[in-house]
Amino acid sequence: MFNALFDVKTTITGMILLALLLLLPQFLPRFYVYLFALIFAIALLATSLNLVLGFGGMYQFHHAVFYGFGAYAFALFVTKSGLPLWIGYVIAPFCSAALGLALGLITVRLHQLYFGMLQISLGSLVWAITYRWYSFTGGDDGIHGIPLPDLVGSSTGAYYFNLIVAATCLLLTYMIVNSPFGRIFQGIRDNPERCQAVGVNVQKQQLTGQVLAAFFAGVAGTLFVTVEGSVFPDLMFWTLSLEILIMCLLGGWFIFLGPALGAAIIISLRTFAGIYTEYWTLILGIVLMLLIFFLPEGVLGLFLKKADPAAKREG
Amino acid sequence: MLHVESIVKSFDGFLAVNGATLKVEKGDVVAVIGPNGAGKTTLFNLISGQLPPTAGNIWFKDENIAGLASHRVCRKGISRSYQVVNIFHRLTVFENVQVAVLSHHQKTFNIFKPAKIMAVKETRDILDSVGLLDKAEMVSGALSHGDQKVLEIGIALGNRPELLILDEPTAGMSPEETAVTLRLMQRLSGDMGLTILFCEHDMGMVFSIANQIMVMQHGGTIIQGSPDEVRSNQLVREAYLGGADECSV
Repeated sequence: MFNALFDVKTTITGMILLALLLLLPQFLPRFYVYLFALIFAIALLATSLNLVLGFGGMYQFHHAVFYGFGAYAFALFVTKSGLPLWIGYVIAPFCSAALGLALGLITVRLHQLYFGMLQISLGSLVWAITYRWYSFTGGDDGIHGIPLPDLVGSSTGAYYFNLIVAATCLLLTYMIVNSPFGRIFQGIRDNPERCQAVGVNVQKQQLTGQVLAAFFAGVAGTLFVTVEGSVFPDLMFWTLSLEILIMCLLGGWFIFLGPALGAAIIISLRTFAGIYTEYWTLILGIVLMLLIFFLPEGVLGLFLKKADPAAKREG
Repeated sequence: MLHVESIVKSFDGFLAVNGATLKVEKGDVVAVIGPNGAGKTTLFNLISGQLPPTAGNIWFKDENIAGLASHRVCRKGISRSYQVVNIFHRLTVFENVQVAVLSHHQKTFNIFKPAKIMAVKETRDILDSVGLLDKAEMVSGALSHGDQKVLEIGIALGNRPELLILDEPTAGMSPEETAVTLRLMQRLSGDMGLTILFCEHDMGMVFSIANQIMVMQHGGTIIQGSPDEVRSNQLVREAYLGGADECSV
């Protein structure tokens, strides 16, 4: 089964990359360890969006709401329940998945742009509730100083935890993309009518994709809390959704690892350009314009094309 | 096998199909002919569930399937191809057919097994039968128009249908490609015993393969009968075929 998913070259490259990342904290200053841990979380977030965007063709315009919901679910569980902290890591993604199911049941009835607009409205509703419900969610202050298990309390601990969880989730997402479900999901992306005509219940398929994507976004949410130790309503604000969408486009949304690369680029850009100017989004805007004109397949798409002129479609 | 009873489809008052009737027996090759705008494609859309009818019944194997969603109709054993190429253009030729095969085997919610190793033989057999096996790994969007039309039929076969509906299978094809498709249809009907319902403008093709022909005009049925009956029918001559010359093909 493993052989059917990866060829030898991919396996070796993956192993080397993983080994490098495992060694990295030994050499890097603490700030970079933190930055990498954050990138792992956001890379998973962007990949989870791309599951429905690039591979499902769904106009997932408000993906951040599932991410923020997972982060809040974790934070609230940890601060309010008094149960062992690790349970929070298990429960939070399921809370996101449940939200994915609830919103999805309403939104998958619509198509394309209408789907996206309705998702923005409903997601903003969740955001507004979080923003206003001071007694429960802390309102616009959010929740700070969230207690974390000792193992992930240090920045190196958080790094390793995020690396392992994100890598596992990426592997799972990869398996999903290459499963019959994923194959048919890509069929729906290309041609929903035809998919329906070959006996696929398109809405049910899209709803399932929605729940899976929300689940992994929820995992990413818990990883964010592991790095930052706090949550705030911006995590589910629609501008963040737009940012994740840009990560997918930037990295290449028809390639599996494209969005993860896009996430790394944008987080780095924000961190380093942010030191010099608070108008770093201006740089992002220019990058985006260049991207649309010159790299419609994304950065990774360009590399793959250079490496293999026969142009592979999936990473 | 299939019995369409005075079916009606109205688009905001415009009657695209108005009381059409059609009978298809098991093993038949039935052609639907008629001038542009007669309602042939709409009729097919009604049968395959793309559109719900305004009135009338569609009996398939003694069950009324009128108004069922298209994925349900498909699971009852009716597959179709389209007049305008309607494929999964980013997927490879192999994957195009595999989508239908996986769907037929109800594997659409299997999320952890690699699709690459599933239904491979079945999919390749279908590609072989339609003559696209050597192009299996090509991205379908890069195929020629003729090959894409053939792939249309391949996708429809992925569901192992009992009734295959082909909407103008040779539209836009070169004479050579048309001949290949004609032979393919003969094989599907002869060797595989498929029941085929199709519509077509190429009269030579219709009269050479169909054993039943239904003639449509203004959304209704003028006549359904054997090629000879249709050829000699006065109404058909006046309404559609226009003169003895064309009928003699």
